[in-house]
Amino acid sequence: MIAELGLFLMSLALALALVQVVFPTVGLVTKQALWLGYARPAAQAQFACLLGAFLALVHAFLTNDFSLAYVAQNSNSALPWMYRMSAVWGAHEGSILLWATILAGWTFAVSLRVHRLPADVGAVVLAVMGAVSVAFLLFVLFTSNPFARGLPSPSDGADLNPLLQDPGLIIHPPMLYMGYVGFSVPFAFAVAALVCGRLTPGWARWARPWTLTAWTFLTVGIALGSWWAYYELGWGGWWFWDPVENASFMPWLMGTALIHSLSVTDKRGTFKSWTVLLAIGAFSLSLLGTFLVRSGVLTSVHAFATDPARGVFVLSILGVAVGGSLLLYAWRGPKVLSGGTYSTVSRETFLLANSLLLTVSTATILLGTLYPLLVDALGLGKISVGPPYFNLVFGLLMAPLAIALGLGQFSRWREDQLPRLWRGARYSAGAALIVGLVIGILVDGPQRLTAAAGLTLAGWILFTTAMGIRERLIGRASLSAALGALPRAFYGQCLAHTGFALAIIGVCLTTALSTEQHARMAPGDAVSLGAYEFRFETLNQFQGPNYQASEARFTVWHNGQQVDELHPQKRIYTVRNQPMTEAGISPGLSGDLYVSLGEPLDGQAWSVRVSFKAWVRLVWLGALLMAGGGVLALRDRRYQSATSAAASDAALAQG
Amino acid sequence: MTPRRKRMVVIGLLVLGMGLATTLILRAFNQNLMYFYSTSDVVAGKAPTARDFRIGGLVVKGSLQRLPNSLTVHFVLSDLKKEVTVTYTGILPDLFREGQGIVANGQLGADGLFVAREVLAKHDENYMPPEVAASLKHQPDATLTR
Repeated sequence: MIAELGLFLMSLALALALVQVVFPTVGLVTKQALWLGYARPAAQAQFACLLGAFLALVHAFLTNDFSLAYVAQNSNSALPWMYRMSAVWGAHEGSILLWATILAGWTFAVSLRVHRLPADVGAVVLAVMGAVSVAFLLFVLFTSNPFARGLPSPSDGADLNPLLQDPGLIIHPPMLYMGYVGFSVPFAFAVAALVCGRLTPGWARWARPWTLTAWTFLTVGIALGSWWAYYELGWGGWWFWDPVENASFMPWLMGTALIHSLSVTDKRGTFKSWTVLLAIGAFSLSLLGTFLVRSGVLTSVHAFATDPARGVFVLSILGVAVGGSLLLYAWRGPKVLSGGTYSTVSRETFLLANSLLLTVSTATILLGTLYPLLVDALGLGKISVGPPYFNLVFGLLMAPLAIALGLGQFSRWREDQLPRLWRGARYSAGAALIVGLVIGILVDGPQRLTAAAGLTLAGWILFTTAMGIRERLIGRASLSAALGALPRAFYGQCLAHTGFALAIIGVCLTTALSTEQHARMAPGDAVSLGAYEFRFETLNQFQGPNYQASEARFTVWHNGQQVDELHPQKRIYTVRNQPMTEAGISPGLSGDLYVSLGEPLDGQAWSVRVSFKAWVRLVWLGALLMAGGGVLALRDRRYQSATSAAASDAALAQG
Repeated sequence: MTPRRKRMVVIGLLVLGMGLATTLILRAFNQNLMYFYSTSDVVAGKAPTARDFRIGGLVVKGSLQRLPNSLTVHFVLSDLKKEVTVTYTGILPDLFREGQGIVANGQLGADGLFVAREVLAKHDENYMPPEVAASLKHQPDATLTR
C-alpha cells in the first residue's frame, strides 16, 4: 500500500516538474509575469512529493517488504537496519530515485532564494532544473521503477552486495550525488543568463555559493570513496583510475575550474564566456558520470544496470543537455558576453592558466576513460588504458598548475609587474627547492624523483600561501585586528590550498615510501617489513549477523617491543556465499600498518598481505581541508546580504 | 614591443606549449594501451611477446595448482577452444574460483606460459568480464572440466 503511494507521489512529482518547465516558458514567451510565478510553488510541491516517495522506499526496506522486487534483490531480513537503510541507494533503481530526490532538494533550496533574482532569470533557472527533473523522473518511471512488485514474492531477500555493507558506503553515494546534482544549479544559471541575455557580475555572485556547496560535497564524496576502497577492497589501494572513479573526478576538476572562474567574474567582471562554458561543462560531466556508471557500459561495483534501454535513455538526456546548452551558447553567447580587460601579467592570467590546465587534465582523463569504450563500440577490439598513463599525464599537468597557483596567490588583479612578482616569489621558490632537495636525498628508490618534485611543488604552494597572508598583514598596526578583518573567503582559499598541498605530499610520499609484502603465514610465523615485524598469533572463527568470519590476531613489533595489534578478517557472507576481506589497519599520520588475509592455503597457513602505507592519511586529510576551505568560504559576508549583488553591479557599471 | 606583437608572442608560446603537451600525452597514451586477447588468439600467436597485454577466459576446473611453500599458482584459462597456462605469484582476489571468468594482466613467455602481474576477478559470483563473455559467445553448451 505504501509502495503504491510512493509510485503515485513519483508520478505526481513528474506532473509538477512539467508545470515547473511549461508555465515559466509560456510566461517568458508571452511576457506574463503571473505565469513566471508558478515555477516556485511547483518546485516546492515537487520536492515534497519526491521526499515522500523516497521515504516510502525507505519504509519498504526497513519493514523488509520483499514483495517489491528491488527490495528482494538488495536486502535481507538478517541485514542490520543501518545497511537496510543504505541498501535503498545500493543499486540502480533506488540510486536514481535518490538522484531525482536530491535534485528536487536543490531546486527547493533555489526556490527559497529565487526572489532575490530578477523574475525572468529566476523562473528560467527553475524551469531548467525542472526539465532535468522531468528527464530523470521519466527515466525512473519507465525503465527503473523501484516500487515494482515481484511475483511470486520471495520469503527473504538476496542481500545487499557485501562490498557495500560498510559505514563509509552509507554516506558516500549521497555526498557524491549532492555534488553531481548540485552542479545543475550553476548550469541552470548559465542557461538562464544565455536565455535572458544578461550576464552581470551579480549573476556570478548568486551562482557562487551554490557552486561552492556542490563542489564541497563532491570533494567529501570522492575522499570517502577513496578511503572506502582503501580499507574495504583489501588491497590497500586508494585510487585506481577506474572509469567509475574518473567519472566522479572529471566533474570535480571542472567544478574546481568553475569556482575559480566564477570568483573572477564576480570580482572583476571578466571571464564571463569561460565561466558559462565551465558551468555547462561541469554539469555535462556529471551527467556523463551518471551515464557511465548507470548505463551498463562499464562493469564494476557501481554499475548495476544491464538493460540497454536504460543506457540509451541516459545517453539521450546527456545529448539533449550538452548539445542544447552548447547550441544556446553558440547562438546567444556573443551577445551577452563582453567584459573587462587585464594585462598579460596579472592574477587573472594565472587563474586563466589554471582553468585551462584543469580543463586539459579533464580532457586527458576523458580520453583515457572513453577511448576504450569507443573502440569497443566500433568493434575494433578490446583495450584498456593502464594507470601509468593517468599517473604520468596528470602528474605532469599538476606541476605548471601548482606553479601558477602559487604566483596567483600574491599577484595583483588587473596588472602586475614581473620584477615585483619575482621579489615576492624568490624566497618561496628557494625554500621549496631546498625542501625538494632534502627529500630527494632522504628518499631512496625508483620514485625518488616523484617525491622530490612533488614536495617541491607542495612546498611552493604552502610558502606562497603564507606569503599571501603576510602581504595582507604588512603595515597593519594591530595584528589581531588585521587578521579579524580578513574576509572568510580568503581564509577558505588558504585552507583549501593548504589541503591541496597536503594531498600532493600524501600522494607522492605514499607512492615513494610505502612497502608491501605477500607472504605465506601460519599462526606462529612472522615476517619483517622495514623496521617492523608482523607476527601471526592466532586464528579464530566467529559468527556475524549475516556472515561467518575467520579472524586473525597479528602483533606488530618494533625494536623488540610490541607496538600494535591488528585483527584482519575474512568473511563469507552466507546469503550470496561471497567472500570479503576486512583489512586490519592501525592508522597513523606518518603511516598505517596494514594486514589483510588472502586465502586459506594448506594446513593452518594463509596467504597474507602486510604493508606499511606511508603518509597515506595526508591524501584524505588534504581533501577534507579542501572541503573545509569550501565551507569557510561559504560563510563569507559577501554572500550574506541580499542587496549586495545588485549594488556591486551598479558600482562596476559606474567604475 | 608593441602590445600587438607581445600578444602574438604569448599566443605563439601557448600554441607551441599546447602542441608539445598534446604530443607527449598521446605518446604516453599509446604506450599504455593494453590490448585484450582470448586464449585462442594467444595460441594462434596473435599476441605480442615483449609487451604487457590482458588475457581472459574461464579458469578450467581442477587446473589450479599451488607450488608448495610459496604463493605461486598455476592455472589454465580456456575460451572452450584453446587453453593457455597462467602463472601468478601473490594473493589471488577474493572472487577467484575455478570455473569462473577472470582477466589477467602480464606478459607471454617464450615457452607459452603467461606470467601474470595482476589477476582480476571482481564483483560478484555471477559476474563475467565482458571480454570473456564475448570470447565465449559461440559455444554456450560446452562443458568445462578436465
